[in-house]
Amino acid sequence: MSLLLLNVLLALAWSALMGNFDPPYLLFGFVLGYFILYLFQKPPRTQKYFREVPLVIEFAFFFLWEIVVSNIRLTITILSPHPQLRPAVVAVPLDLKSEVGIVLLANLITLTPGTLSLDISSNKHTLYVHIFDLDDPEKFVKKIKNNYERRVREILE
Amino acid sequence: MGEYLILGIFLLGSFLVLVAGIGLLRMPDLFLRMSATAKAGTLGTGLMVLGAAIHFDEFAIYTRAIALIAFLFVTAPVSTHMLGRAAYFDGVPLWKGTIQDDLRGHYKLTTHSLEEEILPEKDQSHIEDEADAFEINE
Repeated sequence: MSLLLLNVLLALAWSALMGNFDPPYLLFGFVLGYFILYLFQKPPRTQKYFREVPLVIEFAFFFLWEIVVSNIRLTITILSPHPQLRPAVVAVPLDLKSEVGIVLLANLITLTPGTLSLDISSNKHTLYVHIFDLDDPEKFVKKIKNNYERRVREILE
Repeated sequence: MGEYLILGIFLLGSFLVLVAGIGLLRMPDLFLRMSATAKAGTLGTGLMVLGAAIHFDEFAIYTRAIALIAFLFVTAPVSTHMLGRAAYFDGVPLWKGTIQDDLRGHYKLTTHSLEEEILPEKDQSHIEDEADAFEINE
């Protein structure tokens, strides 16, 4: 976390030296600061921060893509004269242990159009998800676990 | 050029909100209706805020737009979760076409807790039989 702070400070320093706080300058300062911090790591060069930043960026793009795709699917379903609906409530077993991770996962599922997380079992082992068009329960659980939960785990744990 | 880009973003955003409204009317039960409106909250509003930010093209507006989208993304799922949970607990019936309901029988009546195993009949929270009255509104 302190590396992130340093990185932001470097971006601000870059902008101050350029005398311009417009977004492109701040962004360039951030990228530059990232590389400088990367080069100035202490020898074992395995700091978590440098694994996390690419993961977060990749996840952001994946999630945006997911929102667009499910939006299109949902739009077609709503506007078609005879919508094909196979709603279901599916129990998804969780491997995530931390509360922050579970909250993040539940929020991401709800933000994706077409799926919403209803509740979590009291012992935090199972997440119940409502989906508007279920193909195959096992495939759906696998998709949630591989695409969402794996990434959340990689970033947080 | 920029004008048309902004126009396109706004049209797409409002189209998605419109579709969400149509979905709200056409979908057969509460959970599907909430699914249909989720899109208005994410992509629809996001696109409109983005369009406004590009139109004004000022740093202060961009930061506000980003903050707006961030808070929207953080708060919307919380209310959706609360609504869905409360509805399920209160026995709002699922549509008869629902193909699977893993939650059935897991809520404990007395403590409102959600247990891992299927509970005996007397402890379950009240769930009405799936109503036949629900049809897809043509």
